[in-house]
Amino acid sequence: MILGGLITEKYISRSSAIAARLVGGEMMIMSAVDSTFFTLNEVATVIWQAADGQTSLKEIVHTRICSDFDVDLAQAQQDADQFVSELANHGILNVSPIPITGADSR
Amino acid sequence: MSASPSYAPLTTQESICIVIGGTRIAVRTTNLEFVRMLADRYIGFMASAENSDADLDVDIFDNSVSADPDEDLQVLRDGQEWVMRRGDFFARWNPATCRGHVRQAANPYAIDSVLRIIHSLVLARRGGFLLHAASAIRNGRAFLFMGVSGAGKTTISRFAPADANLLTDEISYVLAEQGSYLGCGTPFAGELARVGENLSAPMSTAFLLEKGPENRIEPISKALAIRALMRNILFFAHDSALVKRVFDSACKFANEVPVRRLIFAPDQRVWNIIG
Repeated sequence: MILGGLITEKYISRSSAIAARLVGGEMMIMSAVDSTFFTLNEVATVIWQAADGQTSLKEIVHTRICSDFDVDLAQAQQDADQFVSELANHGILNVSPIPITGADSR
Repeated sequence: MSASPSYAPLTTQESICIVIGGTRIAVRTTNLEFVRMLADRYIGFMASAENSDADLDVDIFDNSVSADPDEDLQVLRDGQEWVMRRGDFFARWNPATCRGHVRQAANPYAIDSVLRIIHSLVLARRGGFLLHAASAIRNGRAFLFMGVSGAGKTTISRFAPADANLLTDEISYVLAEQGSYLGCGTPFAGELARVGENLSAPMSTAFLLEKGPENRIEPISKALAIRALMRNILFFAHDSALVKRVFDSACKFANEVPVRRLIFAPDQRVWNIIG
């Protein structure tokens, strides 16, 4: 849903233009677009792995982050928004106000 | 007797074959002075041009044409071919036919860059890579010393003992062969301005260089090893398939070859803990 230009709901999916691998508990991601290299921490890795295009970011934060980590919902949501925005800027995550069809749900 | 007319050609094409990591690239040009310059530059890495693995035709353009080697390099895919462009050269390379064409200024830096790019593309297909690293063979095993400028590649190369064969002080050649890795010599020299030895050996250890007050080797996590490798692997093309392949190669390498941090004081004693 979009209200006044603000996206109130976000669905995220992993871009196909990346290479990613989980090594020693760290998710390592390389953008094939600009060759930037990211290492995700444990929390970010949870968001990355849940980015199936069908589950909203709010739901991911609520059911996967707040349930497993010591953080309040508002803070977790703010951090997740920032993280998603950064990865989206590098073409690593796709972001949409509606569920993303055809996303890699593995 | 034949009635066919026969004339001597007005220009003679010369070939020179540069072999790095076992891949023989024949360079053909009509500019004999350029051939002589290559023969000097790639001494120790020359082979017969017969049975080359790849062929490059090189045209040298007029010195009056402005040619800036500091201009940004572009490597792009154009159908089956790779197009490489910088101020001092324009080149096309077809990996399927292993043939290419280069139009460049009469300087060695342009062909050097073209060769690095082609080798990086060839290696990427085979699970290997070029790495910003010095390398040397000692006791029959190859050692890599990687790091950005100032990390100590030149320093460690300069202090290499007599029983070590320096493969390069700048760009290392890592060849994947039947599940293992070989370190090969390259003519790509750095500050030492010394061509490496054209030798190869199974890879022993890759070191991430760090200058410090004493000499010691520390373990690092696999994630850090991959990060260090990715930071130092040379790949020039923003091509999705290629980036994935190179990343995969770095991960496999880090799984197979020990990657360690080498903290060293800048003198020859560091070699007491290597090899």
